[in-house]
Amino acid sequence: MTDWIHACDTSDIDEEDVMRWDHGGRTFALYHSPDGEFFCTDGLCSHEQVHLAGGLVIDHLIECPKHNGQFDYRTGEAKRAPACVNLATYPVKVDAGRVLVQV
Amino acid sequence: MRDYSLLGEDGRRAVESGLAAAQWYHTDVPRKEMKALMQRSDAPAIRDTLMLYGAMVLLAAAGIALWPSWWSAPFWMAYGVLYGSAMDSRWHECGHGTAFRTAWMNTVVYDIASFMMMRNPATWRWSHARHHTDTYVVGRDPEIAVMRPPEMARLIGNLFGLFDVRAALGRMLYNAVLGVHPEEKTFVPESEWPKVVRAARVHLSIYAAVLALALAMHSIVPLMVIGLPRLYGAWHHVMTGLLQHGGLADNVTDHRLNSRTVLMNPVSRFIYWNMNYHVEHHMFPMVPYHALPKLHAAIRHDLPAPTRSIRAGYAEMWPVWMRQLRGEEVFLKRDLPATARPYREDFHAAALGTTQ
Ligand code: FES
Repeated sequence: MTDWIHACDTSDIDEEDVMRWDHGGRTFALYHSPDGEFFCTDGLCSHEQVHLAGGLVIDHLIECPKHNGQFDYRTGEAKRAPACVNLATYPVKVDAGRVLVQV
Repeated sequence: MRDYSLLGEDGRRAVESGLAAAQWYHTDVPRKEMKALMQRSDAPAIRDTLMLYGAMVLLAAAGIALWPSWWSAPFWMAYGVLYGSAMDSRWHECGHGTAFRTAWMNTVVYDIASFMMMRNPATWRWSHARHHTDTYVVGRDPEIAVMRPPEMARLIGNLFGLFDVRAALGRMLYNAVLGVHPEEKTFVPESEWPKVVRAARVHLSIYAAVLALALAMHSIVPLMVIGLPRLYGAWHHVMTGLLQHGGLADNVTDHRLNSRTVLMNPVSRFIYWNMNYHVEHHMFPMVPYHALPKLHAAIRHDLPAPTRSIRAGYAEMWPVWMRQLRGEEVFLKRDLPATARPYREDFHAAALGTTQ
């Protein structure tokens, strides 16, 4: 079983926003949804490897800053071209104000 | 001699040298400010779309009512610009998905505008993505409007859509009958190919139906409403489109050096949906058209001075095009303000004027 890693605190990401998180030589994107939940996906867009942390969170979608491709960050599903390949997602839990991720 | 083909030498070299799919320059904007600038809203685009389609219906109705009198001409001219030019910017902004907050509204306006501009909605979504990845990188960008040396007959003919429409109809027919073209296969993923063919067949069927109606009625009026305005109303989008990158550097990875922001009158800005802020749009394609003036104000300290008018843009482009026609390797170098950060001087020595 992979460990839960303390990625950031809940206060580090505004609601309806995204943040970059680097760990173990990999890069991820952490999301704070408008309904107060936290999620984690691969950091780089599956279209042309641009970091999603510069993008825009709209409801449960992350829009890539390069070509406006969209993904549902809860499931990683690609929702709008030119994003066609789904993102990997990672389990997240919140414990006493800490955002913990299993990667 | 530059090879603009997507299957040619220059494209291969751009990939080899790292010029293709490179990291491009971005002005630093605090995240909170950028987030506010990127916010989507339906209201401005609904207002503008109602105004646009409403004006088109009224103008076409007046044109039809006054036909065949010459009094109908001004109405057709205005209708044509809204059809053959404003639809270009609607195609563009809705293709990015930034015009409306609601996804289906972007899709509907994108599909209508693609039809009117005779662009395959599936292909052009991908060609435009490539234009953003490799803006004016020779052999990579399929949307280079002015090649070097410029083909003046093509530029002038396209003010009335002549070359573009001929190419568009040819490609529509090719896609509808034979499928995706080999060049398109370099930037459209295979999963999207059926969409390309389907869209081409839909467009072709509608144009064929309009043509049949015109023949049955022994009248050109149906074509004045659908099809021909792509020719007689194209001039405004070509005029503004050539300003986007005309005469500037190619093969750089900094939009401040290869794109032009032009201050222009409010009517042209409505038709063009603020794409006159072109450096800003390329640097931050997430910012919707209605927030571009604010983005301009936020980052202008890091950009070359904007061109003051459409006329000033042509005054600087024309002599450069003439010299390029004579075979000279010239282009307009952009002066960055003293406060600006330079970027990748290895790629940009010539464009910044630090060599030559
Ligand atoms: S890099 Fe993300 S949509 Fe192209």
